[in-house]
Amino acid sequence: MKIYDGYIARRQLSRVMLVLCGCATGIVIIVLVLILGYTLVNGISYLSLDFITQPAKPVGEAGGGMRDDIYGTFILVGLASVIALPVGLMAGIFLAEFAGPKAAAAIRFAADILAGVPSIIVGVFAYAILVRPMHTYSALSAGVALAIIMIPVVARTAEESLRLVPNSQREAALALGISRWRMTLGVIVPGAVTGIVTGVMLAVARIAGETAPLIFTALGSAFGVQGLAEPIGALPLQIYRYALSPYSDWQKQAWAAAFLLVFLVLGINIIVRLVSGRKNM
Amino acid sequence: MSDNKAVSRARIGDKIFLRLTLLFGLLIVAILIGLLITLNIDAWPAIQKFGVSFLTSTEWDPVKDEFGALPAIYGTLLSSLIGLIIAVPISLGSAIFLSELAPQWMRKPCSFLVEMLAAIPSVIIGLWGLYVMVPFIRNPVETWLGSDLGFLPLFQGPPFGVGFLSAGIILAIMVIPIITAVSREAVRAVPLTQREAMLALGATRWEMITRSVLPYCRSGLVGAVILGLGRALGETMAVTMVIGNAYALSPSLFSPGATIASKVASEFNEASGDLYIGSLIELALVLFAITLLVNIIARLLVWGTVSVRGTGE
Repeated sequence: MKIYDGYIARRQLSRVMLVLCGCATGIVIIVLVLILGYTLVNGISYLSLDFITQPAKPVGEAGGGMRDDIYGTFILVGLASVIALPVGLMAGIFLAEFAGPKAAAAIRFAADILAGVPSIIVGVFAYAILVRPMHTYSALSAGVALAIIMIPVVARTAEESLRLVPNSQREAALALGISRWRMTLGVIVPGAVTGIVTGVMLAVARIAGETAPLIFTALGSAFGVQGLAEPIGALPLQIYRYALSPYSDWQKQAWAAAFLLVFLVLGINIIVRLVSGRKNM
Repeated sequence: MSDNKAVSRARIGDKIFLRLTLLFGLLIVAILIGLLITLNIDAWPAIQKFGVSFLTSTEWDPVKDEFGALPAIYGTLLSSLIGLIIAVPISLGSAIFLSELAPQWMRKPCSFLVEMLAAIPSVIIGLWGLYVMVPFIRNPVETWLGSDLGFLPLFQGPPFGVGFLSAGIILAIMVIPIITAVSREAVRAVPLTQREAMLALGATRWEMITRSVLPYCRSGLVGAVILGLGRALGETMAVTMVIGNAYALSPSLFSPGATIASKVASEFNEASGDLYIGSLIELALVLFAITLLVNIIARLLVWGTVSVRGTGE
């Protein structure tokens, strides 16, 4: 009998704790809804076609948009991807397919540490190696900073996706007499492509919203996009500047830009989700 | 004959490909080492002038060229601690809910929503924090804490809204999705037999989770929390926007403060002179050292438990 009583208490404790776990999830989702809701409501009220197609205007003049900063964000993300994709993918292939246990451990360790380096420090690094010697803030330095953030993410997700490809596929390919590099590029990488693309797109979505490393590399530009060796504007950078400005018109623009950025970043995330979900079926 | 040729060609191709991948792998190591060396070089004027006292001094006076890091280090650790205290229970709870408890149809959409929170850029969370959350923290949260728990040094002082408490909450919001996602994967990786064995012994679901599932994947859970800590320590934009950017050592959570990252972000562009810039870069170096330490500890912990389990099998 006593054992039975104990069981009821235990089951009640269990039930309470399980409900609390559900509440925890609820809190997270409520926070998400609050953030998205405010961004949506505050952002849409200012958003217009002009906001996307017009350059910024000085303080005091009504209107003006963020055309150049939107354009700048795309350039920076493209630049970073061009640098980070080959490096990350090849490093991932090395880790998954070729590295001995010691080399793999060392490089994986370095990649994990690099992924854990705060993005602002990467910005300081890019400032030190590119902005100082070139004596100018530049799109290039910002692209390199974003690429450094992206590389370990791409490398590790590539490695993990490659590892998920069953060994029988490697054995089957090698048994057909194919060389290892052709096996890797022709059989293993395509087998892991969903995971790799997912990782890459998520990395892209992440760097598209990165602000800290841009403050002292891209700087922002009042003259539009002028080339890779010149300062360049970016959407997240402009949100930061406008949010902390004392002008209510700029603060409204910050919300509108935030809406655009959320739309872009979550859009990528959702599309990646849908595509990789379909592939899995 | 032609077979042999093809084989040797394949071997050369293999060699080139292997070297190429090795090169890119080593590039990651090179970036890390380059980062460390460059920061040291650029911070050298400050390292040379202040030595160890940089870490213990509370001065930050660009006019007199006096720089010290203590308030920023304190602010970084304090805000991250607040963030973790809030985030860990919520994250573990949702991880358990999402992998063990939720009905099948809820799992995917809920996990998806949690991941979306991780995807929101830091600067937007900062914008929301500054204009929506901070006013709410100022009144009612801080006024209530101040009047009811004001005898604790933690909750003394005027309720500014911006300060360590707001920064901590913002950090919690930012690390919850990471800790949740990683620990959910860890929990999900626990073999079904572990659960069945525990239930067959007459355990309740909660006992099954705490005594069988969580211990089995503890290395993953520790990794998740440390990963969150690493992100919280270095988080910049959102914190810069809500912490108030005062340079003070105050035990009160209501007090405005600064973190290393927020100090660097808000002053780097205006800094002039090698010593000022050097001091900011040394701050970055200190942050780098802290996050490096945290990440290495995480790795060792994870490796330790993994190798223990490896020999056990």
